[in-house]
Amino acid sequence: MNGLYQLAVVFGVLVVALTIAAGLIWLERRLLALWQDRYGPNRVGPFGLFQVLADMIKIFTKEDWTAPFADKATFILAPAIIVVTVLLSFAVVPFAPGIVVADLDIGLLFFLGMSSLGVYSVVLAGWSSDNKYSLLGGMRAAAQMLSYEVFMGLSLMGVVVLAGSFSLTAIVEAQRNLWFVVPQFLGFLLFMIAGIAETRRLPFDLPEAESELIAGYHAEYSGMKFGMFFVGEYLGIILISSMITVLFFGGWLGPVLPGIVWFLIKVFFFIAFFILLRAALPRPRFDQLMSWGWKVMLPLTLANVLVTGALVLAFA
Amino acid sequence: MPWMFYLAGAVAVAATIMTITRLNAIHALLYFVVSLLAAAVVFYTLGAPFIAALEVIIYAGAIMVLFIFVVMMLNVGERAVAMERSWLPGGIWVGPAVLAAVLFAQVVYLVMRGPGPEYPRTVVGPKQVGLALYGPYLMGVELASMLLLAGLVAAYHLGWRRQPEQESKETHFDERRTAVGRSAVRAGTDRPAGAP
Amino acid sequence: MLSVLRTIWEVFLHAFRKRVTIQFPEEKPRLPPRYRGRIILSRDPDGGERCVACYLCAVACPVDCIALQATEDSTGRRYPEFFRINFSRCIFCGFCEEACPTYAIQLIPDFYMSEYKRQNLVYEKEDLLISGPGKYEGYNYWKVAGVKIGGKDKGEAEREAPPVDLQSLLP
Repeated sequence: MNGLYQLAVVFGVLVVALTIAAGLIWLERRLLALWQDRYGPNRVGPFGLFQVLADMIKIFTKEDWTAPFADKATFILAPAIIVVTVLLSFAVVPFAPGIVVADLDIGLLFFLGMSSLGVYSVVLAGWSSDNKYSLLGGMRAAAQMLSYEVFMGLSLMGVVVLAGSFSLTAIVEAQRNLWFVVPQFLGFLLFMIAGIAETRRLPFDLPEAESELIAGYHAEYSGMKFGMFFVGEYLGIILISSMITVLFFGGWLGPVLPGIVWFLIKVFFFIAFFILLRAALPRPRFDQLMSWGWKVMLPLTLANVLVTGALVLAFA
Repeated sequence: MPWMFYLAGAVAVAATIMTITRLNAIHALLYFVVSLLAAAVVFYTLGAPFIAALEVIIYAGAIMVLFIFVVMMLNVGERAVAMERSWLPGGIWVGPAVLAAVLFAQVVYLVMRGPGPEYPRTVVGPKQVGLALYGPYLMGVELASMLLLAGLVAAYHLGWRRQPEQESKETHFDERRTAVGRSAVRAGTDRPAGAP
Repeated sequence: MLSVLRTIWEVFLHAFRKRVTIQFPEEKPRLPPRYRGRIILSRDPDGGERCVACYLCAVACPVDCIALQATEDSTGRRYPEFFRINFSRCIFCGFCEEACPTYAIQLIPDFYMSEYKRQNLVYEKEDLLISGPGKYEGYNYWKVAGVKIGGKDKGEAEREAPPVDLQSLLP
């Protein structure tokens, strides 16, 4: 019975995550249109909702072309890595009490490890395409994600210190009285910026900057392999939003409504915020991105860890 | 879960063998990443989840990415693969293989002789690791941090261009470009008379 | 940094603005009279074809989408034997209209020209010709041109003096 329940949770998380990721294709276009005074897709079905289906049919039936000059095995491996790593990260996200695939003691570290493995997808895609723009995109991605990964991990240490655990369920439980966004506001900001950079979303989408690198690392991809990158990106957004919710906004905690509803509300708020950022902000230059990361974000993160640790020591 | 331990160990060994024998550098590195991941699983089964996570984050997630990054930039092609092939003729790996086989035999003997591998029932969590690092091994941590600091300073020094020189370069830059432009214009207009 | 936050806020406020999209098939856009859309061939007020098959439009066309063949009727009035515009090539630049000396070819505010078969976008003269004078009401090229055609001899055009009679010595 318990095993059956666990299986149901696994499938539920998988199906819900993939459905939301597909739905985000529609949501993102609608929201971008809203903020640009347009309508977006509104023809296929009610509110254009079946646009998702149309897009999926299109991407599944498109020619799946592998470039003859590409490094075949790596070329095929790359899009799989991004989806696998992100989906594995979902295993540790506690959606509601009891609804978590694997409540690891080191859940947070597992998430960080998986997100750092996600770099391979982009780097290998860029390299195996054997295309100069793809290679440039892969190089940018490697540099950007390595740099931002550093303080993505460090910015969470304040939360870990306050909660006293790496387990995500314990972190949520520790926020029963006060969401961590209040004592860790700086950490929240830093984590959000690092999260956007880590998912390569606008304004930090330099690895795929279409105006300079065509499509960067996935320039040579088509069909469902391209679709995997697409789904991986949207899954990444959901994952980062979920992590922000879990780590800083009390996860499923909230009055009246059941936990899972609160969780979804918070996650959708942050997804919408990411889309708003995309609608509002221009892309920085790459050297600006890197120097901003190392010269501003890293010192701030270290100071945050230091001050949090000192305060916890002083008052504990 | 002894079977998990052995499975992960077998994967690690196989991946490492593949790492050594691949001719394409990127493929070799990918197998090395797999080997590191398998090592992380080994750590996990031995009751050290924290170390396993760090292995994934730091070794597989950061250091190996840098390796791949560098190899990617070097753009090794068919020529490099051919060169590797010429470096690895049939007989050259017999010596190391024999030595490794001896070591492997020793390990097998030790494993067979002992009363089976003891799995510690206690799980070493992050707290214990932290206490150990900042308790008995504080000196080691400090030494390592000094080493890293030295590396950081050295890298900064190597990457640092002297400021005034750079500034003067920048101010001269425009002048030089306009000079080049002028000469180009001159080259255009100073054609010999009568030339088309 | 503050400007970034302000940008985000300003863009967010756009959520409450009126949308500028026109829902096309149900809701038609208002097109100005000089909008450059579908190309037509107009007729002069008498109902005759304005086009004199001078080929200037075909020469001016940057995408070579106009094809025609000149011919004359028995009285010497030039007209195109066929006049063909391939609208799958046309870029609606309006150069043909500018080049036309007789106001025959005109671009009108109409762009609803979707077809399932590409061949259907090739318009022949009968598709292009309209029954009226288009944007230029009273203009009649053959009435002002000093060319002799049937029903109008030399010197009979508007504001045209009769030709000098070389046989006469009278001033």
